[in-house]
Amino acid sequence: MELISFGDNGWGDELFVATLMTIAVAITAMLIGFLFALIFTPLKLSKYKILNLVANFYTTVVRGVPELLVIYLFFFGGSGAIMYVAQIFGYYDYIEINAFLTGAISIGIISGAYSTEVFRGAIQSIDKGQFEACHVLGLKKYIYFFKVIMPQMLRLAIPNLSNVWQITLKDTSLISVTGLVEIMRQSYIAAGSTRDPLFFYSFAALLYLMLTYLSMKFINKLEKNYSRGY
Amino acid sequence: MDLELIITSFPKLLSATLVTLKLLSASLFFGLFLGLFFAILRLNKNKLVNGFAYGYSYVFRGTPLLVQIFIIYFGLGQIEYLRTTFLWVILKEPYWCAIIAFSLNTGAYTSEILRSAFETIKPGIIEAGRSLGLNKMFIFTKIQIPIAIKQSLPAYGNEIILMLKGTSLASTVTLLDITGVAKFIISTTFRPIEVFIVAGSIYLFITFLVHNLIKYLEKKYRYQ
Repeated sequence: MELISFGDNGWGDELFVATLMTIAVAITAMLIGFLFALIFTPLKLSKYKILNLVANFYTTVVRGVPELLVIYLFFFGGSGAIMYVAQIFGYYDYIEINAFLTGAISIGIISGAYSTEVFRGAIQSIDKGQFEACHVLGLKKYIYFFKVIMPQMLRLAIPNLSNVWQITLKDTSLISVTGLVEIMRQSYIAAGSTRDPLFFYSFAALLYLMLTYLSMKFINKLEKNYSRGY
Repeated sequence: MDLELIITSFPKLLSATLVTLKLLSASLFFGLFLGLFFAILRLNKNKLVNGFAYGYSYVFRGTPLLVQIFIIYFGLGQIEYLRTTFLWVILKEPYWCAIIAFSLNTGAYTSEILRSAFETIKPGIIEAGRSLGLNKMFIFTKIQIPIAIKQSLPAYGNEIILMLKGTSLASTVTLLDITGVAKFIISTTFRPIEVFIVAGSIYLFITFLVHNLIKYLEKKYRYQ
């Protein structure tokens, strides 16, 4: 118990901060994922074959390649790519992107591929009549999307998005390879300096379980909220 | 783009594919039995048995695979008693630790897939078997299991692909699978994009094969 006490002797406060870091990375990654989904879902549903192809390439590659490999790509290649772009604009200094951004972006790209599939499925399972009705009523494009399609889509998407969230949350553990101090990395450090890996990794597992449990509770509430009237 | 690196790294990554495939097939093999065992426990009416199986699948699905590997590889070695038993022969090898972790993990997911497949079997089918005077074991092995396998093929296909990606974590416990070798090449050449293209293509190719195999099986075992 002393090992996880707060203060100088224990790792409690460090692990607490690390847990917050995990949550922060997961939320950032999920939001970046939504951004990607926002771009690629319309491409998937587009009637132009070439746009479909681009979106399919993204979702297939990202979902078919191990997360760790994607993280390595961004970890080792991220600053190189940014420096390359910066050089075009005449900036020649060394640029280092921090571990948080590298992690959040790489996990975000992965989570985006899953979100894209979820949104595509949700939009496709909305009754065709809804689109036609909007058309007939002559609704403005943005009212039509935000007031009619979006609420229906969210109700259908939330159960699957909760799966995406779970995947994203668990994927954040992989960012520890880049040295970002989240739960896994902190446990690794603690296990190394106390020589008690069994305890710290089990504790890390417990923290993750707690996070998944709490987010399930939260999502269930959200789900109820969005399926009012059904 | 460094074409030469792509060409030279290809055979290295290809030989690492063997390690990945070995890890994958071994963990799927053990995971299938674990999954079936726990799915049967889940169908048990006894609350304790049921709860145990539920707890197993909840814990292994709710924590990252990386934590599971680390607990088994770094954590279990810490228990002095284990070091004296014959289990240590297995647990000191990162290869077997990875397989144990993967099997337990995929077993948890498989048990959920099989459980829901068993639950969707219409009771009428089992009743028909019973009224024909078949015994319980026969009904289970010859009627329930084949139907459950058929039902769970698409979901199991996804699980195989998830597990294929999961084997990349073996590289964190010093194993040289595709990702392990890829990381090694990247960190010596600092050319992540080329290596990613080669390693990614190998993974995608395996995914493609699995996808088609499952599609073929689905077609083959569809109800006539």
